[in-house]
Amino acid sequence: MVAESFSFTIDGIVVQARPGQSVLQACDEAGIYIPRLCHHPDLAPSGACRVCTCRINGRNSAACVTPAAPGMVIENDTPLLTADRRAVIEMLFVEGNHPCPYCVASGDCELQALGYRLGMVAPVQPYQWPGRPIDATHPDIALDHDRCILCARCIEASRMQDGKSVFGFAGRGIAMRLNVDAAGGLGDTQMAAIDKAASVCPVACIVIKRGSYRIPNGERRFDKAPIGSDIEARRARPTP
Amino acid sequence: MNAAGTAWIGGIVRSFGSDRTRLMDIVTAVQHQFGYVSDEAVQSLATDLGIHPVEIEEMVSFYAFFDRQERGRNRIRLSNTPISVMKGARDVARAFEEALGIRLGETTADGAFTLQWTSDIGLADQEPAALVNGIPLAALTPEDAPLILAALRQAGDPSALPAYPPSAADAARLPNAPIRSSLVQAGPLLGGSPDKAAGLRAALALTPEAVIDEITASKLRGRGGAGFPTGLKWRLTRKATGVEHYIACNADEGEPGTFKDRLLLSEFPDLVFDGMSVAGYALGARTGLLYLRGEYAYMWDDLQRVLRERRSLGLLGTGIGGKAGFDFDIRIQLGAGAYICGEESSLLESLEGKRGSPRDRPPFPTERGYLGQPTAIDNVETLVCATRIMEKGAAWFASFGTKESTGTKLMCVSGDCERPGIYETPFGITINELLDLVGAPDAQYVQFSGPSGQAVAPKDFGRRIAYEDLSTGGSTMIFGPNRDVLDIALQFSAFFVDESCGWCPPCRVGTTLLKQGMEKIVAGRATLADLASTEALANTVLRMSRCGLGQTAPNPILTTMRSFPEIYESRLASADFEPLVPLQDALRAAVQVQGRDPVKDGA
Repeated sequence: MVAESFSFTIDGIVVQARPGQSVLQACDEAGIYIPRLCHHPDLAPSGACRVCTCRINGRNSAACVTPAAPGMVIENDTPLLTADRRAVIEMLFVEGNHPCPYCVASGDCELQALGYRLGMVAPVQPYQWPGRPIDATHPDIALDHDRCILCARCIEASRMQDGKSVFGFAGRGIAMRLNVDAAGGLGDTQMAAIDKAASVCPVACIVIKRGSYRIPNGERRFDKAPIGSDIEARRARPTP
Repeated sequence: MNAAGTAWIGGIVRSFGSDRTRLMDIVTAVQHQFGYVSDEAVQSLATDLGIHPVEIEEMVSFYAFFDRQERGRNRIRLSNTPISVMKGARDVARAFEEALGIRLGETTADGAFTLQWTSDIGLADQEPAALVNGIPLAALTPEDAPLILAALRQAGDPSALPAYPPSAADAARLPNAPIRSSLVQAGPLLGGSPDKAAGLRAALALTPEAVIDEITASKLRGRGGAGFPTGLKWRLTRKATGVEHYIACNADEGEPGTFKDRLLLSEFPDLVFDGMSVAGYALGARTGLLYLRGEYAYMWDDLQRVLRERRSLGLLGTGIGGKAGFDFDIRIQLGAGAYICGEESSLLESLEGKRGSPRDRPPFPTERGYLGQPTAIDNVETLVCATRIMEKGAAWFASFGTKESTGTKLMCVSGDCERPGIYETPFGITINELLDLVGAPDAQYVQFSGPSGQAVAPKDFGRRIAYEDLSTGGSTMIFGPNRDVLDIALQFSAFFVDESCGWCPPCRVGTTLLKQGMEKIVAGRATLADLASTEALANTVLRMSRCGLGQTAPNPILTTMRSFPEIYESRLASADFEPLVPLQDALRAAVQVQGRDPVKDGA
């Protein structure tokens, strides 16, 4: 049985959706980009980063965890939402240590790409300089906690797709950290470089060793087109 | 940990049916058997429960009352709130520091004592207060510190850990315990001598649907402050499909300045359990869960005694009141020091033995709550109201209060007033009327409904306490003249930093940035641009955070800015720009190493 499709509007554009889809999924299909960071198409949404927050029926809600519903009225691309999203991205920049110019992920980093897309210039909030140690115990994977933005992607991927539970959180509040399932570090866990968890990191926290510069700077994903361009390309352009 | 320790953990895990969702109870037992949760204990728990150590760590490291490092056998936790501070908590802290020869946060060399601050412990009317091995001590003075330490040194076997939850006998050995009753003025809710089961008896004479109709007719709304109609919540929960239905009572009373649930649970526990039983009957639930904040562990024995009594009277168990098929019992879940667990979806996570991080809604708990089943989560006071509504009728209840806010409210009053404590007042009275009642003629401002509520200035003292105007969970902190409004806002900002769960960046990072912004303002170093930037940041945190904690964490700053703009203005720096950290402070370490002052410009 094919479930009845329905429609809602986002920034005045009518979007078709199916039952079970989130607002974000339906908009992705329709070629409307809602900025997002922790969301990964292969993983269950966690609603962690709040970057995809939209004004949905007059209330701020994260689009990745809000089920699409008939008749919803959604605001996405507004100056206020863009400013708030930019402020959240900026918070992540000052919380960790993110030196883009010499970071291995530069040009392929979703945090950096969102900074550009949302118009972040230089953070006005003070850097927190957390000083988190690097975990280099694994032969094939480096874990640079300074870059971690606590998006929970690797935790979800390791638990649900790799069946390993290599990652978890520890602590709470501003002291919260990514933790691994062994006192001796990542090298003592079941982690392998082919794991899903090794490939979903949006920044350069989980980095597979010896492959970082296979694609040179300047030729990477977001060097060529801003983040979200692939989604926007799906939207049928009206013929002139 | 030796083999005996491993075996002991195995026994505890088995005693909870090797059920991962009972991890709160299991870890609480381990914490108090060994004094902390060691690496070996984490490993052992993981093996016995068949889960990964990282999952145990994730949960244990979330709660303030669980330790991963060994700490002192005796734990002294001093209540740190603006109220405790203005009543002298810092002097008490200094007295403890001197008597123990350690600083706050440290442990004595002999491993006997750890001294630390803790968030509000529900004794705002009798500050400075402390929890010593879980036992509440109130109205402390610096002179009490050595006496308390002497009593702890004398008590029992010095190599053994204190019992937990603490017993009345343990409490009797300490000075400044017991605490006094907080009830100053009772009304229709708490007046008279309450019957053990009048509410339940009345409910059982009706059908469950008719019970819900009666609650709906009373217009009862949630007493935690959000004000959701209780009848509607019960109807939604009853109608939702599930293998089981649950009633959860939220006794995680963590909002600073609130202590009504402590009063209700210590002096009127039958009214609470009766209300839970009424709800159980109405919802078709077989299990009620009372989530009791870790700070109230000292009530454990008494509450269990009351539950046993109710079982022996046939008020809990099977076929209650002769109704075949009405089987209902209550389990108490002890928390472990996390304000966020008062947020209903975090409370559910904690009940399931996990970190207390909030859930995204929908689905709402009425549809999918505890263990994925329909669950109504009600405030302690709401359930007491339900008991009385059953006993005396919806019309009686609605005869008090206002049109939209029926009944009475338990107002928890603390701070600069003559008679702090709990006042049962009808909804609709003004703040001025409440201030007259408690003896606070010269209040400079009232922090209304806790730090997550709002700062109310004298020009607004004519506003009414009701869902239609000023909605409240009950916390009413009064600040007289000469109190530093900005410093109080800073202390509340620090509270939210300590209590943020960390899940979403607007709250995790935003609360820290707001505290830093507020520190600069209090220090008189903020420029007009800093003020604007802090205000903008506060609004982002409010709009973008995932749950009620982050959405209200900026309130102490935003509402004092609104109520007292002139105080902020008077503290501004005249410069166009001031760095967050003064140059001298930034260079202090280098100056010390070099042993000389840097050359100053133009010197």
